[in-house]
Amino acid sequence: MPNWGDIVEVLLLQNYNTRLVVLSTTLLGIAAGLVGSFLLLRKRSLMGDALSHATLPGVTIAFAIMVALGGDGKSLPGLLFGATISGIAGIATMLLIRNTTRLRDDVAMGFVLSVFFGIGVATLAMVSRLPGGNAAGLQSFIYGKTASMIQSDFIVIAVVAGIVSLVSLALLKEFLLLCFDDGFASSQGWPTLWLDISLLALVTAVTVIGLQAVGLILVIAFLITPPTAARFWTNRLLPMLFLSAIIGGVSGWLGASISALTPRLPAGAVIVLVAAVVFLISMLFAPARGVFPRIARHSHLRRKVDRQHLLRAAYEILESLAGDNEVRNTPFPIAALQLKRAWSQRQLKQILRIARREDHLEPAGSGFLRLSEPGFGEAARITRNHRLWERYLIKYADIAPSHVDRDADFVEHILGAELVAELEADLETEIDERELTVPVPASPHLIQADPPAEA
Amino acid sequence: MHSESLKSQSTFPPKSTEPRPEHPPEVPLAIHDLTVAYHRKPVLWDVELNIPEGKLVGIVGPNGAGKSTLLKACLDLIPKTSGWAHIYGKPYRKAHQLVAYVPQRESVDWDFPVTALDVVAMGSYRRLGWFRRVSRKENDRARDALDQVEIAHLADRQISQLSGGQQQRVFLARALMQDAELYLMDEPFAAVDAATEEAIVTLLRSLSERGKTCLVVHHDLATVTNYFDWLVLLNMRVVASGPAEETFTRENLQKTYGGKLSLLEKAAEALRHSIE
Repeated sequence: MPNWGDIVEVLLLQNYNTRLVVLSTTLLGIAAGLVGSFLLLRKRSLMGDALSHATLPGVTIAFAIMVALGGDGKSLPGLLFGATISGIAGIATMLLIRNTTRLRDDVAMGFVLSVFFGIGVATLAMVSRLPGGNAAGLQSFIYGKTASMIQSDFIVIAVVAGIVSLVSLALLKEFLLLCFDDGFASSQGWPTLWLDISLLALVTAVTVIGLQAVGLILVIAFLITPPTAARFWTNRLLPMLFLSAIIGGVSGWLGASISALTPRLPAGAVIVLVAAVVFLISMLFAPARGVFPRIARHSHLRRKVDRQHLLRAAYEILESLAGDNEVRNTPFPIAALQLKRAWSQRQLKQILRIARREDHLEPAGSGFLRLSEPGFGEAARITRNHRLWERYLIKYADIAPSHVDRDADFVEHILGAELVAELEADLETEIDERELTVPVPASPHLIQADPPAEA
Repeated sequence: MHSESLKSQSTFPPKSTEPRPEHPPEVPLAIHDLTVAYHRKPVLWDVELNIPEGKLVGIVGPNGAGKSTLLKACLDLIPKTSGWAHIYGKPYRKAHQLVAYVPQRESVDWDFPVTALDVVAMGSYRRLGWFRRVSRKENDRARDALDQVEIAHLADRQISQLSGGQQQRVFLARALMQDAELYLMDEPFAAVDAATEEAIVTLLRSLSERGKTCLVVHHDLATVTNYFDWLVLLNMRVVASGPAEETFTRENLQKTYGGKLSLLEKAAEALRHSIE
């Protein structure tokens, strides 16, 4: 286990051996987060995957050519140049298949991905037997290996990552339009084909500089995971872009650091795993679109609806008990509640338990219930809102009084104080003098004791 | 006057002895000899049209009649097999600033991280040009446009949280931002609520009063004569085109909607077999 000193040294870029690696994967992560956002919004994620696999033949062929020219074949710019050429060839093949045949996109991508990767693996085996060359390092382009990075490699990666980030921010407006509505963009006279090509060029650039550190199999995860995670936190493009860049950068920084501290762990895999952890947290907990906050919102609303149904049912029971007299808070049988709505035994039990916890109910002997003081007030208020809403529907939506109960049921739970005030103002002439003096207007329809059919 | 010449021109096959129809340069949209084919299957045949300025024009026809294709071909969004479409006498690429396009609502992903205001501001992108950002001025204009379609209060809402009718209004507001002369709208009335339908009609009328030309793909035959003052009946070819009351006849509708397998379709069928 590395000690604390080592950890801090690596994370703060003080260690000379790991400084370049950690810095380059951080920059790479920022660039990938920015470009990946547009790739994701353009719905071209799979194309990025095909592209990265298509780079392998270029690496091996460039190696063979450099060996033939008398070098040792290990010049990184040369290898990356080869990767770029074959990546572009892969995309061109994909577009050729799509535009000249009637095959679908996914078929074209699957074809390019597997065939180019196959060629790459085959040529890799061939060039590794070339005399004069040392092909041992080429394997690392598949899974990524950072240990061999030298300063000139770092400069290539940093410059390309910087240019890619700047270009994708400069073309923000154009890419946004392309991703959202390419037909409209085209109708405005934007060169959508060239915008698409520019976007793919940026993706190619990130893929190629990511080959060494992350490897061609995992680089697509580095492009797609940060923007997907960022999307859970926000509904706006700019925050999404910056969040995605940050997630990418942090994944690159943490991932490379962890890998540097535990030499057996390949950097690419650790970086992608860090990004995946961020993704998982975002998916589960992000307030804007995460799973748990959404479930919480749903169950909150459900509980609110249940509570309002219960209190209104109770108030209507009290009304029928009071007859023509003023409604008073008296104990009433639980059985009467059962008749009001189509609640199952279990449901009702749970709803009553929650109501008791919220202090809306008081025990009143076996088989009987009694509303608490605040519970009674709340019940009167809810019933009043319900009836105001019913009257509004009868007046404006032309709903028959016999059907209005169920329709009102859907909306009344979200009525805020403002809306209620508006309802009151609107219905002033409808409610007669007597009703204005009592807190709760009479129901516009006959209240049934039978459970109404639930929609 | 051109309605007669168009009718005679739209017979198949066109006779070469007929005089070439005239397309004066001042018409907002002139289409000559337009044929469009998708994957060897012809969708539009020999369309010959002059759309008069300042009119509310409805394009009506059955499903698969090529209504959307006609708009897209005019906008250079799909390749033409033959013929041309000119905007005020110029090809589209030289006149795109005169045209606003309202695509079908379903053509985009509404779960996109932008607000209603962002989408409307897109209408100003071309005028802004490359690299320049949307400024306060554009946002103010976008708010005005949203106000014209009566949803200014929804400006900052994410677009997936809008109803279908509201989304349609956002698209219309974006077109208003472009301040164009010719508006091409693909089914703006599809699946919208009654209030939105009314708002769209009001908007179309006010555009037409200001001398703008609107070309609207429409589905509902019941409202055609109420909404439009000029009609194009389309079923792969132009069946009829002219003032709404004169064109919306039983006979023309029968030609547009009835008699499924026309000679034209048989010819298309034969052509397809001969290529394969």
